Amino acid sequence: MTATEATAQPALRWQTVEVLDLIEETPRVKTLVLTRPDWVKYLPGQHVDVRLTAPDGYRAQRSYSIASTPEDADLMLTVERIEDGEVSPYFTDEVRKGDKFELRGPIGRYFVWTVKLGGPLFLIAGGSGVVPLMAMLRHRAAQNSDVPATLLFSSRTERDIIYRSELDKLAARKDGFIFTHTLTREKPAGWSGRTGRIDADMLIQSGFAPGASPRIFVCGPTGFVEAAANGLLAAGHDRSAIKTERFGPTGR
Amino acid sequence: MNDSPISRGFSGRRRADANAKHIPPGQHLTSDFPVLSAGPTPEPDFENWQFQLGDGDAELGSWDWTQFGVLTQTDITTDIHCVTSWSKLDTRWRGVTIDTLLDAVGLTEPPSPFAIISCEGGYTTNLPSEDLIDGKAMIATHFDGQPLSPEHGGPARLLVPHLYFWKSAKWVRAIEFRDADEPGFWEQLGYHNYGDPWREQRYDGD
Repeated sequence: MTATEATAQPALRWQTVEVLDLIEETPRVKTLVLTRPDWVKYLPGQHVDVRLTAPDGYRAQRSYSIASTPEDADLMLTVERIEDGEVSPYFTDEVRKGDKFELRGPIGRYFVWTVKLGGPLFLIAGGSGVVPLMAMLRHRAAQNSDVPATLLFSSRTERDIIYRSELDKLAARKDGFIFTHTLTREKPAGWSGRTGRIDADMLIQSGFAPGASPRIFVCGPTGFVEAAANGLLAAGHDRSAIKTERFGPTGR
Repeated sequence: MNDSPISRGFSGRRRADANAKHIPPGQHLTSDFPVLSAGPTPEPDFENWQFQLGDGDAELGSWDWTQFGVLTQTDITTDIHCVTSWSKLDTRWRGVTIDTLLDAVGLTEPPSPFAIISCEGGYTTNLPSEDLIDGKAMIATHFDGQPLSPEHGGPARLLVPHLYFWKSAKWVRAIEFRDADEPGFWEQLGYHNYGDPWREQRYDGD
């Protein structure tokens, strides 16, 4: 199935999904593999609203980015545990196969990319901000696209790198995708990636030049996105080419 | 709805009763002030800053930063509700109400029934003109006693706290009154045209 432009739709109704599998991505991050809701289609980069219901009827609602690509049979969400969070620790620590909860979507038609939009694709992720960008990379691979693509991915420590082995596999396809890791809180022995926070220099060396007119997607915590977006502007990229999605800190 | 499945093992964090009635359905409290923007944050440029009020093609008024600062300033304390489900209570703002702006151009009410708000960077949002008046909305320049920071919309943002917060457009530069309603940026991308948090009007069709 091919992702196509979302069309106007009626109200997004709540649907019950079942947890089919859980994947531990890092000590603080889990992927929930879910039954696919009754949607016609969704686009890489979109998100869903999730709703949990306690036995006494109390509910809590949050937004999570979709990690899977529309070509996948199942729907995947990747959730980072927020200390003192109300919902995320439930997903990372408590939920088991067979559990059910509600979600509705897909939501957001701005922070999206499909191969039809072309490239080059310049992705910049901080921590779990990689999730919607991974959906784009999975879509690109599922479509056997050779649109040039880069990912500059900032993680705190080596243990915190989400999707590490899958990113290695995607790069091993040698289809025009390359990535650069940077670690902000350690430099492990033998580490071949970058260290330190993303800055203009790193953006220039690990991404596309403004002259290539890349489509740029930045996702991560607010401070990260502010720094990356300002670095991109300083590097000469056009403001209108830069799409951002920010999260936290919130009471999630 | 009674057909929601119980999320086994979920108990959740109960709201303090004192706050419960201030929090719309599906929202939760945050003590932080999260930032949500579609692109890079514009650098403040007070020298070239200008705010315009218009009715269709006709200009009603225009203020530079200095002129704007001498208009009557109003302080309000209000709750804000983001469509991404956080709410923040008792936030303190200072700015110029739309009533004050209308008064400054010699009007007692909006000249047309709808308004489109325009911002630096091309962002727009729309709302009925009546949602801007009677103290319901302001052009805010201060938050919590401090000049509004750029990532939160500084130098100035619209504040229309009774609607979801995307309507409180950052880096606001103009209000144009119009005869016909026209969906703004998020409103064209699947978000609700009006956005009342108490009716949970998050997305198209809600």
